[in-house]
Amino acid sequence: MRSFSYSRPASFDEACRVPERTRFLAGGTNLIDLMKSDVERPAHVVDLKSLSMDQIEELPDGGLRLGALATNAGTAEHPLVTGRFPLLASAILAGASPQIRNVATNGGNLNQRTRCHYFYDPDMVCNKRSPGSGCSARGGRNRIMAVLGTSESCIATFPSDMCVALAALNAVVRLRGPDGERAVALRDYHRLPGETPWIDNVLQPGEIVTSIDLPSVSFGEHYTYLKIRDRLSFAFAIVSVAVGLDMESGVIRRGCLALGGVGTKPWCVPEAEALMRDRPPSHSLFRDVAECILEGAVADRDNAAKLKLAPRVIERALWQAAEGTPQSQTCKTIR
Amino acid sequence: MNVVSANIGQSVPRIDGFAKVTGQATYAAEPHPPGLLYGVIVNSLIARGRIEAIHDEAARAVPGVTEVMTHHNRPHTALFEKSYVDGLGVPGSPYRPLHDAEIRFNGQPVAVVFAETFEAAREAAMLIQVDYERWPHNADFDAALHQKYMPSKTRSNYVPPKSRGNASEAYALSPVKIEGRFHLAPEHHNPMEMHATTVIIEEDGALTVWDKTQGPQAVQAYLASALSLSGKKVRVRNPYVGGAFGSGLRAQHNVFLAALGAEMLKRPVRVTLTRPQMFTHVFRPEAVMDIALGADRDGTLQSIIVEGVTDTSRFEHNMENVVVWGLIGYKCPNATADYKIAPRDTYTSSDMRAPGAATGVNLFEMAVDELAWACGMDPLAFRLHNYSEIDAMHNMPLTSNALREALLQGAERFGWNGYPPGPGSLRDGRELIGHGMATGIWDAMFSPTAARARLTSDGRLHIATAASDIGTGTYTILAQTASEAFGIPIDRIDIELGDSTLPECPTEGGSWTAASAGAAVWLACQSLREKFLKALAKSENTPERIKQSEVTLTEGELHGVRDGSREVFSLQEALSFIGEASIEAEETAKPGLRDKISEMRKARFTHSAVFCEVRVDEELGIVRVTRLVNAVAAGRIMNPKTAASQVRGAMVMATGMALHEESLMDERYGRFMNHNFSEYHIPSHADIPEMDVLFVDEKDEEVSPLGIKGVGEIGMCGTAAAIANAIFHATGKRYRTLPIIPGA
Repeated sequence: MRSFSYSRPASFDEACRVPERTRFLAGGTNLIDLMKSDVERPAHVVDLKSLSMDQIEELPDGGLRLGALATNAGTAEHPLVTGRFPLLASAILAGASPQIRNVATNGGNLNQRTRCHYFYDPDMVCNKRSPGSGCSARGGRNRIMAVLGTSESCIATFPSDMCVALAALNAVVRLRGPDGERAVALRDYHRLPGETPWIDNVLQPGEIVTSIDLPSVSFGEHYTYLKIRDRLSFAFAIVSVAVGLDMESGVIRRGCLALGGVGTKPWCVPEAEALMRDRPPSHSLFRDVAECILEGAVADRDNAAKLKLAPRVIERALWQAAEGTPQSQTCKTIR
Repeated sequence: MNVVSANIGQSVPRIDGFAKVTGQATYAAEPHPPGLLYGVIVNSLIARGRIEAIHDEAARAVPGVTEVMTHHNRPHTALFEKSYVDGLGVPGSPYRPLHDAEIRFNGQPVAVVFAETFEAAREAAMLIQVDYERWPHNADFDAALHQKYMPSKTRSNYVPPKSRGNASEAYALSPVKIEGRFHLAPEHHNPMEMHATTVIIEEDGALTVWDKTQGPQAVQAYLASALSLSGKKVRVRNPYVGGAFGSGLRAQHNVFLAALGAEMLKRPVRVTLTRPQMFTHVFRPEAVMDIALGADRDGTLQSIIVEGVTDTSRFEHNMENVVVWGLIGYKCPNATADYKIAPRDTYTSSDMRAPGAATGVNLFEMAVDELAWACGMDPLAFRLHNYSEIDAMHNMPLTSNALREALLQGAERFGWNGYPPGPGSLRDGRELIGHGMATGIWDAMFSPTAARARLTSDGRLHIATAASDIGTGTYTILAQTASEAFGIPIDRIDIELGDSTLPECPTEGGSWTAASAGAAVWLACQSLREKFLKALAKSENTPERIKQSEVTLTEGELHGVRDGSREVFSLQEALSFIGEASIEAEETAKPGLRDKISEMRKARFTHSAVFCEVRVDEELGIVRVTRLVNAVAAGRIMNPKTAASQVRGAMVMATGMALHEESLMDERYGRFMNHNFSEYHIPSHADIPEMDVLFVDEKDEEVSPLGIKGVGEIGMCGTAAAIANAIFHATGKRYRTLPIIPGA
């Protein structure tokens, strides 16, 4: 990797006052890899680990606040998370490997970068890596790339599992920057690539993710995280679905749904979720939901299979949630 | 001489295991000579063209950088192209690293940055800018197929297909037939240890080269030749190798560049490849096979027609034995095959675990399965009905063939009870269940090998041969062999391997090391034992009572028996009687040992029968392999534990071949794009079920001196087909392209 300066600020104020070309370091499972591959070339690395942001706390409304520096593993295993937000725990456990989850943080998960082959290879042109250079993923080996939210300049998939669950759970991201604190809905946190694919999210220079707030939900067992990937563990999603359903006497009062592996960001369509309001589960309803959420999906050279696969995964996930049989992340049988 | 067989055949744990897990085993990138320079390779970003300029000013300005070596400033190397031909001897024009400005493949080294630290070298390597003149290239396999050809000079191990009968007429007349194009994606070897070389300059100026290779003597010869060095000036060591799977058969560019850098800078040098750089050299070729099979209604095979193509580079003619396996293994009166290679602008494809057979056996066995079902016949019964007891292509008997026993015992272990119910009919919940099987076949090879045995005054036996243990357990099986042959406990044996200065041994590969090095060690130990006992009997210092005894050597002790009384004395004592600090013997094993080897008159193969159960969620495209049974007939098994481990490892690799592994070529750039373990998928633990490996009894005194056939590769052959066939049985759908991935 290229040389960089390293600092470990003692306070938020110090951390937020950063020069140009700074990257914040938390778990480092993605940033360090990218630096080794010469994709990220920060002049300054500011290590946030001495800031106290690793707590998981209850919120007054029954929700939770997840510290940005809490590890993925610590979050997935936390009794408050497994008790109240098993959907989130399940999604976290569907991602990466135990070793990575032990180090990777919640804030880092939000800010991880795409796994697009062409982004990861600095010899290739890539608008996300080098603004304006072009997109070599288009027309290339793009089986893993996005079919939703793409633009002429980028078709890179946002790779997180955790964020798909956070989107379904309508989480709120709390930020702290030079101008103070603010909160952004997770669904609005990541940006579509448009003409500026190098900007992944709404973070401003010097802004730090401090925590993720989860509003209270009452899905009971009516949730699932269903992930389809190229091997049974330790691979990024081809298609993944996070679902939570508020069910009452066999009727869906409210349905929350997000997709991973197919979009340039965690993919939610409120109109699709609204279709489920006060409706009993049915094949035709779930087919309509899938059709609605996938509206506008476009394949490129290698990823047409996602168009075929995604509706099936969505429908299966909706049935798992409706029937209260969430997908296990250890037993690989899919009900 | 009747030595009680104590150790061959036992499940002895790896004798090098402790050194490996405690970090005491030294691998190629681990020696730390003082003054070591770190070399980092800069790779070409184009597939074909010329280097116009290399801008290295920024790289040279990085503190700690000592040199940027390119084709402009490299030291002199051998003049003639033929000096760069390596041990594998692939015909064509060998790639010469940093030879000139021409670019022949994407990822070709264009410069090496040397620095005092790895970090500085790597940073500087990132700062090098290269201007290229780009020439048109083709890296698309389908396009390359239009240029397929048969080279005028073939690889020495190439087996040309031999036709019999009239296959096309028989096919036309066959009442039951299938035909199809079968395809295998290219794969990269990706051993855990990446390719690396450390070059140490000895006081006399000689180079000691620690290299990740399967053949230290081949690399030694290559370096001496390509760098125009005296052979005595180069010693190559590889005592431990972290897997290779064939990637270490050729001298890779890292070893050439490290040695060149050491010559240029007069400093010790290390060059290590990164994981992405592991995708810039050898790979298993992409392959297509057009297979047409015809049979009578009763399931008697009548016609085999195979046309196969694998890819090679534009500059070397790499070939594999892809199309012959069905012609060899099935007694079909009419059979023909054709093989060609297709050039593309990549590095040369190369041998990867069971080269040729991993491709050809698996794809052929998928076709056989189709024909069996088309005949309405149990796939197992179809094999039992049609397999050949002899090499049907050469009409040559085999030294042994326990395939039938393997098929029957494997079926019994798996619980394959006759004709399975029709495809798509077994279901558990949402999952379809499928059973599939296939047969496997691989060469049982032997290469002349030398070994030295030396008994020292501390009573230890030292064995030395230039074999490589690439993680297979060679240290252990050779210790077992020595233990039995000499008569000494295994904990008093030291094995020295992986050094070009040791007695001659061919490059490790082809599953021939156990049979070949095993025989050499056996001979050397027997010879030493005889020499030792003779010297003891002859020495004037040996006490008379011993001289008059019947002396035997067992379990590392000498037993003198005279008039019914027994005296036990140690090897150390015996050596002191002989008056020598040590005594040694060196022998070369040739195929002729025991006078039973009929090298030319009989063919020799390892066989297997693989049975598989899968569960498929067809709607979601998810395949889970839930059971794998492999019954292997491989002659004498030296160590069931390490042998089963070899077979299991190959079955994991074959599961990757069936379901996961695929190097994705972006033909626009000529580059394999998924060049990391995040996106090049090998099976994870979750993908691998409990695997059941059984060895079928197969006594074969002809195949090799110790009756050994080797087990490193057979596990690849048939396993991928058994999985694909099980997927068909589960779903009723044929997938003819491997790997079979979600959405396929």
